[in-house]
Amino acid sequence: MLTVSALKRLHIVVSFELADGECIALQGPSGVGKSLLLRAIADLDPNEGSVELDGVSRETISAPVWRRQVTYVAAEPGWWADTVQEHFTDWDLATPLVDQLGLPASCGTWPIRRLSTGEKQRLGLVRALLLHSRVLLLDEPTSALDAASTASVEALVAARVSAGTSVLWSTHNSGQARRVGSRLFVMASGGHLEEHSL
Amino acid sequence: MSYIQLAYSDLILPALLVVMNGALSLALHLKLERQLALASMRMVIQLVLVGYVLTFLFAAVSPFWTALAAFIMVLFASREIVARQKRRLKGLWTYGLGAGCTLLAAGTVTTFSLLSQLRPEPWYHPRYALPLLGMILGNTMTGVSLGLDVLVNGVVRERAAVESCLALGGTRYQALLPVIRDALRSGFMPTINGMAAIGLVSLPGMMTGQILAGVEPVDAVKYQLLIMFLIAGGTGLGTLAAVIGGGRLLTDHRHRLRLDRIASEKLP
Repeated sequence: MLTVSALKRLHIVVSFELADGECIALQGPSGVGKSLLLRAIADLDPNEGSVELDGVSRETISAPVWRRQVTYVAAEPGWWADTVQEHFTDWDLATPLVDQLGLPASCGTWPIRRLSTGEKQRLGLVRALLLHSRVLLLDEPTSALDAASTASVEALVAARVSAGTSVLWSTHNSGQARRVGSRLFVMASGGHLEEHSL
Repeated sequence: MSYIQLAYSDLILPALLVVMNGALSLALHLKLERQLALASMRMVIQLVLVGYVLTFLFAAVSPFWTALAAFIMVLFASREIVARQKRRLKGLWTYGLGAGCTLLAAGTVTTFSLLSQLRPEPWYHPRYALPLLGMILGNTMTGVSLGLDVLVNGVVRERAAVESCLALGGTRYQALLPVIRDALRSGFMPTINGMAAIGLVSLPGMMTGQILAGVEPVDAVKYQLLIMFLIAGGTGLGTLAAVIGGGRLLTDHRHRLRLDRIASEKLP
């Protein structure tokens, strides 16, 4: 269980709980602070308030260990080496997931500069899924994907949710919010969350 | 050891070469004549003043005056480091990091050479300490400013890559490593290039000066080699300290990237 209490980052102040094996869809207008919220939970920006995983406060453990359990996946993931497989500890472990997302296993040797935005988005998700985190904070993970690729991402994440992973999924697509979420949060312009019916 | 002494009047004719540059600038509308005149005036005043200051310091052989002169040199070096950076760290660190690392590296290497190789009497004799510090400081300053400039700009440019590594559970050192490597390479490169080209492309100023002053070329070469080794050591130490220190300042104890610690970009 992820427990967020009075988490404050700039204008955002939120409290909520995310159960094991639950996926909450997060919506709201552009610029309202959805990404800021996800980043604050992952402790990527200075913030105030309490965030706990199964009652263990993130301040009691090191930030890298926290982020391997509560992992933020950016809409536009970054890359620090020249080829795809250099970003993975073990490329062989990645290939089944890569295949499920419609990419060839040979893409491991591709240079990063030749990847499209959608390919980067899918490979960024695979990179995060390999951590087997307890909580995934997905920031518009299908914003650059076509319908078929979107469906494969949704199916892959749904399988993880069924296996007990908790997901907070930010999306502008109301249809996707209904498909993936068991609850829907809408972030209002004041920076607080309102729970809406799906 | 003998050398041909120059009177100030001997410098009038060579100074005409600079006047010739000014005339060229006027004729070709380069608009450099004002800058050229100011730079020439500054050079003359600064060097003449330094000549008198060094004469006083060499006569005094005082640890206090020598330390004060070294401190002023470091202050000017830190100002120069900041001036060469496109983006700067905020607050005291704007000057503190560059000055601290330059002082640490140049001071350590200069003291090392005074105590172990040159061994003047007393060890802080300004005739040896200040020229040595000046040469090491100038080169260390270049390495530190290049290293910091590449580090800060690299972190801003590679923000997405750094934050992705952090988001996946990387430590701040793992996330910054590619940028730190680039920054260290940039800082070391002028010294490596200088060592590779010395003697073939150029005769270094200090060695030329000693030869003109009557020192045997082979002895002058030994001094120059000593200086080059010290410069390499000082630049390496200073650049490493500045880049690692800069990396720490651009992140925090929770392994977060802190671009808010960079001041807004300097206007051209």
